[in-house]
Amino acid sequence: MMDTFVMRHLPALLIATPLFAAFLMPLVGNAGRTVRSAWVFLGALLTSAIGLALAWKVLATGTVLYVFGAATTQQALPPDAAFPIRIMFQVDALSALMAVIVSLSSLGITIYSLAAESKQSGLETFYAMLFLLIAGVLGMVVTGDLFNFFVFLEISSLAGAALVAYRVDDGVAVEAGLKYALLSTVGALAVLTAIGILFAQYNALNLASLAARLQFTALDKVALVLLAVPLAMKCGAVPMHFWTPDTYTTAPSSVTAFLVVSSQASLYALFRILFTLYGHLVQFSWATFGWFLIVLGVLSMFIGVTMAIPQKDVKRLMAYHAVSQTGYMLLGVGVGLAVLGNAEALKTYGKTAMAGGLFHIINHAMYKGLLFLTAGAIFLRTGTRNLNRLGGLGHTMPWTMVFFMIGALAIAGVPPFNGFASKLLIYESVFRFSPFLSIIAMVVSILTLASFVKVFHSMFLGPPRAEFAEAREVPAPMFIGMALLALFVVVAGLMPQPFIDHLISPAVDALVDRSGYIAAILGGR
Amino acid sequence: MDVTQTLQTGSGAWNPLLWLLALAVALALALAIRSRGRKDFREGNGRKPFISGNEEPGNAGGHVPASNLYWGFLESLKGYYSRLVPLHTGVPTDYVAWLLGVMALMLVIGLTI
Amino acid sequence: MMTLLLLKLPYFTVVVLTLLGLAAMVFKKNLIKILMGLSLMESAVNLFLVATGYRMGGVAPIFTNAPSPHMTLPTVQALTLTSIVIGVATSAMMLSFAMVIYKKYGTVDSQKVKKLKG
Repeated sequence: MMDTFVMRHLPALLIATPLFAAFLMPLVGNAGRTVRSAWVFLGALLTSAIGLALAWKVLATGTVLYVFGAATTQQALPPDAAFPIRIMFQVDALSALMAVIVSLSSLGITIYSLAAESKQSGLETFYAMLFLLIAGVLGMVVTGDLFNFFVFLEISSLAGAALVAYRVDDGVAVEAGLKYALLSTVGALAVLTAIGILFAQYNALNLASLAARLQFTALDKVALVLLAVPLAMKCGAVPMHFWTPDTYTTAPSSVTAFLVVSSQASLYALFRILFTLYGHLVQFSWATFGWFLIVLGVLSMFIGVTMAIPQKDVKRLMAYHAVSQTGYMLLGVGVGLAVLGNAEALKTYGKTAMAGGLFHIINHAMYKGLLFLTAGAIFLRTGTRNLNRLGGLGHTMPWTMVFFMIGALAIAGVPPFNGFASKLLIYESVFRFSPFLSIIAMVVSILTLASFVKVFHSMFLGPPRAEFAEAREVPAPMFIGMALLALFVVVAGLMPQPFIDHLISPAVDALVDRSGYIAAILGGR
Repeated sequence: MDVTQTLQTGSGAWNPLLWLLALAVALALALAIRSRGRKDFREGNGRKPFISGNEEPGNAGGHVPASNLYWGFLESLKGYYSRLVPLHTGVPTDYVAWLLGVMALMLVIGLTI
Repeated sequence: MMTLLLLKLPYFTVVVLTLLGLAAMVFKKNLIKILMGLSLMESAVNLFLVATGYRMGGVAPIFTNAPSPHMTLPTVQALTLTSIVIGVATSAMMLSFAMVIYKKYGTVDSQKVKKLKG
C-alpha cells in the first residue's frame, strides 16, 4: 500500500489532477450538463482523496520529498553537486495540515457549486478556473521552491480574480476583480523581487538550502519585508485588508468560500518564511517580527469586527469577520514567534499559542466556508444580500438556518463548536504572554457574537414575508456541501484533542523545527 | 468520558463531552420543574396573554430591520466610526498606497534594528 | 570606473522604472495609466532578475562549439521568461477588466469606480 505507483507520486498527482480536470473542462463541457457535472465531481473527489492520502502518508512516515526530473523522486541533490538545482515539493506536517484544509473544503464547496451555479452560463470556464484555483492553492502549500511558490501564487491570484469578476453584475464584480488582481500583482511583484535578491546572493531558490545559507545581510532584511508584507496583505491583515470585503462580497459564494482558503495559503507561506527561512538566525530579532504579527493580528481582530457590525450586506459583514478571524491566527502564531528564542516560554505557552493559531486556520476554513455557503443559499432563494430586506426565512429554509447557526456559534467561539476549542487555546496561552492581548481577543469574540445575532435576527427571525413566499430549502448538492462542512465543525468541536494530537501538534513541531526541514534536503550537510 | 477527549491548554482543560453532559443535566432539571406545572392548561380556549389589559398587537411589521439594531452602540462610538469608515474609500490607488506604506514602514523598522 | 558604472547601470534603471511604476499606480487616476504603471513595474522586476544573472566573462551554456568552459547557470533567464508569460496574462486580464468597467460605468477614472466601499 505504501509503495504503489500512486503513493510514490502523490505530490505530483496532487497538482496534476486539478490541472488535468481544468484543462479538459472546455472539451468535457461540450458533452452536456450531466457529463460536465460528473467530471467536476470526480475531479474534486480525486483531488481531495489525493490530498488526504498525501497528508496521511506525511503524518505516518514523516516529510515527503518529491524531486521533479531526478533519477528517483527522493534524490534531492544531484550526484556531483553540493546544492539542489531541481524543483521539488517538500511536504512536511505543516503542509500536510494545509493540504487537509484545502482537500476537505474544496470537496464541500465544489459539490455545493454544482447546484448553486447550475443556472449560470459559461460554466466550462468557471469550473476550469475553479480547478486552476485549487491547483494554485495546493501548489502554494506543498512546494519547497521559492520561485515555484511565486508561480503558484500567481496562478491562484489570476484564477481567483477571474472568478470574482465572473458574473459581471453590472460591472461591480469586475471592479472587485480588478482591485483584487491589481493588489495581488503588486504583491507578487514584490515577492518576485525578494526572490531575485535572495537568488543573487545565495544562488539558490530552494527554501531549505536558502535557509541553510542565509546570512541576514541588509539585503536579506529587505527581502524579508518584501516577502512578509505582501503575504500579510494577501491574507487580509489590517491595514491592508481593503480588498477583502470588496472581493468576498461580489464573488459567487462558492468562490468566496474558496478565496478564504486561498488567503489561508498565503498565511501558511508567511509563517513558513518567518519560521523556516529566517526563524533561527542569531541576528534575527524574534520579538520584532513576532510583534509585527501580533500588532497586525490585534488590528485585524478589532478593526475587522468593528467594521462588520454596521454592515448591511450579509456577505460584506462576513468578509469583515474573515479579516477579524485571521487576526486570531496571526496573534497565536505571532506569540509563538515572539518567544521562539526562549525555550522555556516556548515550551510552557508558545507552542500552545501556535497550536491554537494553526487549529484556528482549519476551523476558520470550515465554519467561514459554511457561513459563506449559507449566505449563497439565501441569495439563491431570495435574490438579495441586503439584511434590511431579508427576514422570516427560518420558516421556509430550516436546514439553512441550522447550518447558519452552527457556523455562527462556531465563529463566535461558543462551546461546544470548533471555534471555541481553538480560541480557548489562544486565550489561555496568550494570557500568559500578555493578559491585555488575551482580553482584546475575548472582547472581539463577544462583538462577533453580537454581530451574528444581528444577522440571524435579520435573516431568519420574524413573520414570513410575502416577497419570499417562494423561498424553499436548497437543492440536495448544496445541502450536502454545507452538511460536509458543518459535520467537520461539530466533530472538531466535540473531539478537539485527537485533531490537536495527530494534525496540529506535528505541524507546530514542523514550524519550530527548522533544522529538520533543512536536513530533509541537505541530509545534514 | 475518555480522557483523550479532554483538550489540554497548558493551564487548563476543556472536555466538550462533559460539558454536553452538564447541559443535559440542566435540561433534565428544567424539564422536571416544567412537569410540576399545571396539567390542565391548554392554549386557546378563550385565554389571552395579559399585556397590561391591552389587546395583543399582530406580528405583521414587527420585524426590526438590521440597520436599526445596535443603534446605540454605533451612536456612542460615532467618533470612532466617522474616522474608520471613510478610510475604506474603495479607490484602488488608495489600496496600493496602504500596501506600499506598510512596506516602507517595515523597511525602516527592519533596517534600523 | 566606467566598467563599474556600466555594470551597475541596469540596477539604476530598475530603480527608476520601479519608482515610475509606483508613482503611476499611486498618483494616476486613469485605470489604464495605473495598469501601465503596473506593466512598468513588471519590466523593472524582469530587468532586475536578468541583471542579477550576468557574470563577467561567462558564456551562454550551449555546449556545441563553446568558446569557453566558464558558463553561467541560466536560472534567472528561465525565471524571467516565466515571469514575462505571467505578466502578459495579468495585463491582458486586467485590461479586459478595465474595458468592461468602461462599458458598464462609462468611465475609467479610479476615483469614480467605487461602488464597493465602507
